[in-house]
Formats: sequence, structure tokens, C-alpha cells
Amino acid sequence: MWTWFYKLASPPYVYGVAKLLMPWFLGAAAITIGYGLIAGLFFAPPDYQQGDAFRIIYVHVPSAWMSEFVYTTMAVAGGIALIWRIKVGFAVAAACAPIGASFTLLALVTGSMWGKPMWGTYWAWDPRLTSELILLFLYVGVMSLRSAFEDPARGDRAAALLAIVGAVNIPIIHYSVVWWNSLHQGATVAKLGKPSIAGSMLWPLLSMFVGFMLFYGAVLCLRLQGEVLNRERQSAWVREAIKS
Amino acid sequence: MSVGAWEAFFLVILREMRLSFRRPEQLLQPLVFFLIVTTLFPLGLNLQLSLLRDMAPGVLWVAALLSSLLSLDSLFKSDADDGTLEQLTLSGQSLTVIVVAKTVGHWLVTGVALVVVSPIVGTALGIPTSAFATMMLSLALGTLTLSWLGAIGAGLTIGLRRGNVLLSLIVLPLAMPLLIFGAGATDRAMSGTSVAGAMYFLAALCVFTCTLAPFAATAALRITVE
Repeated sequence: MWTWFYKLASPPYVYGVAKLLMPWFLGAAAITIGYGLIAGLFFAPPDYQQGDAFRIIYVHVPSAWMSEFVYTTMAVAGGIALIWRIKVGFAVAAACAPIGASFTLLALVTGSMWGKPMWGTYWAWDPRLTSELILLFLYVGVMSLRSAFEDPARGDRAAALLAIVGAVNIPIIHYSVVWWNSLHQGATVAKLGKPSIAGSMLWPLLSMFVGFMLFYGAVLCLRLQGEVLNRERQSAWVREAIKS
Repeated sequence: MSVGAWEAFFLVILREMRLSFRRPEQLLQPLVFFLIVTTLFPLGLNLQLSLLRDMAPGVLWVAALLSSLLSLDSLFKSDADDGTLEQLTLSGQSLTVIVVAKTVGHWLVTGVALVVVSPIVGTALGIPTSAFATMMLSLALGTLTLSWLGAIGAGLTIGLRRGNVLLSLIVLPLAMPLLIFGAGATDRAMSGTSVAGAMYFLAALCVFTCTLAPFAATAALRITVE
């Protein structure tokens, strides 16, 4: 029953699975993101308060959600790798970091693009924006720590530990930023009307969520192949895999 | 000869303090840095004392965090360079006990010194004497918490060439709650409102890191020292 799970610890098997799954993820992502973008940008009605500017949420909200999801995956993969000494876990964590950082950056950039027409400024010290920015710093810290070591195995373990420490801290940072904001300026920032969202606006958004997850799966499979090949470059199976 | 865990704990603390008092310049440099950074703000901003007072808690706390980080770089460094750290890991004592002792010893010297100096800086920035008690207590809690976060960071960056820059990059994002609540408590003490909420939060963070960070720092040392 657990053999499929144990097999995931073997680099050649993981390489094969990633190679097999990648096109499927990519195809499904193209369909869901395609539907989400077309329906969201052309068919969804404009918001009665925000007009067409609200449409940025179709990219912004899924990428903000992904930025935290990817961090969690990275920390969990690092934890599995540290505890059970599974080397593939380090490869997954290493593959996750740049993807997560890109999603975070995308969420920040789209957030400030939305902020210009809505708040009249590109940057406001809104709690969500601020904790998103700190999340970006955490990603940068993890990536620079990994690359700072000459011995890659040591860099992997150090980065995994830092990712776990950061994951424990993310809720604390988030709530303290929320608290700090209420301390200083109160709720001046109008939030997106969450509960009442029309179906024609909601379905494209849900489709974008699924699409972003699938896209993440595709990019992760791609990066994971590269990571595994690079890490196992001394072994015989890599030579065969590259020849064929 | 076997040494108990408590005895080892106090021996390491004693050694840590003796070493820092024999090299007083190492103790003084972060403090001077603290003073210089707080001097830079009024010069750079060209403010009236009344305006300066509004910014004082933030300026004080940013300077305190930076200066503590500066001294945290040396937490394990000299011991790692001369091989003492390897001997300590091989000593048969729990490495966690040694990490706790080293961090507490380090804080007793640098953190307490920073707290003692803070009224001078506070006066220069126009913080009223009535807020000094809150300011010093919040700084004491904050620097201890930062020492724990820094112990993890210092453990992870031992032996790296650009270690101290990386240490700041790693530790500062994690230290943001400290800045928020520390400066918040000082700010509220200056305006005479209740500081309990922010102080409780700082104390909670301190207890949280005191209980969990030693294990993370030990794990970090096991990764980097072998």
C-alpha cells in the first residue's frame, strides 16, 4: 500500500513521474487559466464601485494565495527531507523557492497596480501588502542561504531549517502587522467586498485558482527534473536518461 | 570527570562573560554603533525636537535591532574559528544546553548593556522619563527574543564568508513583530495610554522563542558544524 510513497524517495522514479506529469499539468493549466482570463476579462460584468479595475483580482488573488501555498510546500518538503533524510525532499524545496518568490512578486506588483486607481498610490502600508513583502524577504533569505554554502548538501539542510523557522513565524508576522495597522491608522482602507460576489465574477476566479495550482504543478515538475538531474549528475541513470 | 548539565550551563555562561569583559572593545562597539545610528536620524531629517519625539520609538528600536544584530554575528564565530565549538559539541553535554548558555551569556552582556544605555539615547530623542520604564523593559524582552532568533541565524551562517550580511537578511524579517510591538509599547507609554497589550505580546514572543529557538539553533549548529 505504501510502496508508491516509498518510491517517491528514489530520484530516478521522481524524475520519471515529473517528466510524465508535466505536460498534463501544463495542458490543464492552459485550459483553466484560458477560461478564467477570457471569462474574467471579457464576460464578467464590471464592479459597480471599482469598474474594470477589479479585474486584476483574477491574477492578484490567486498569486497571493499561491505565494503562501508554495511556502508551505517548501517548508513541508524541507521538513520531510530533514527528518527522514530523503534527498528528493531537498530537490523539491529548492525547486519551490524561486516559483514561490515569483508568485509573491507577482502578487505585490499586481497589488500596487490595483492600488494606484483605487487608493491613489502604488504602495500603502496595508497589512496584507506588508506581510506579503515580508514573505518575499523570507523567500530571498532562504534562496540566498542555500546558495551561500559551497557544500550543496549543507546548503540544502540549512535552507530547509530556515524555511521551517519562517513557516512558524509567518502567522505571528501576519497578525502583528494587522495589529500594528489597527494601532496606527484604523480601517481606512476599503476591503474587497468578499461575501457578495456574483457568480459570473466568481467562476472565472475559481478557475484561475485551479489554473494557478496546475501551473505551479507544471513548473514544479519542470524545475524538479532539472534539480534531480543536477544533483544526481554523477550517477549512471542520469547518463542513460540524457542519451535516450 | 563528569559535569552535570547545570554545571556545564553556568560554566559556559561564566566563560562567555569572562571573554567579553576581557575584550571590552567588543562590548562597547555595538553600543557606540547604537548611539551613532540614533544620532544619524536627527541629522538626516533635520527635525524639531517635538517632531523627533513622534519618531523616537521607531528610531530607537531600529537602532537597537541593528546594533544587536551587529554583536550577534560574533555569537558563535570566534568559537567556531578556534575549534572551541567543535570541542563543545564533542564534550558529551547536550548541545542544546550549551547553545542556551552561550545565548543567555551573550544577552547578559550585550542586551543588558543596551538596555542600560537606552535612557541616554531616549533623552536625546526626547522620550519623557515617565516612559523610560516601559522602554527599558520592552527593550530587555525584545533583545532577548532577538538573541534567540539571532542564535538560529548565527548558527546557520557559521563559516560563510559573507555571513554577517546574510545574518541580517535572514533575521530581520523574523524580527519585525518585535519592532512593531516594542516601538508600539514605547509609543503608548509616551502618550500615557495602556501598554499592557503590546507588552504581553512581547513577553509572549519572548517565551515562545525561549522554548523553541534553542532546538532550532541546535539543529542549525548540527548542520553547519561537523
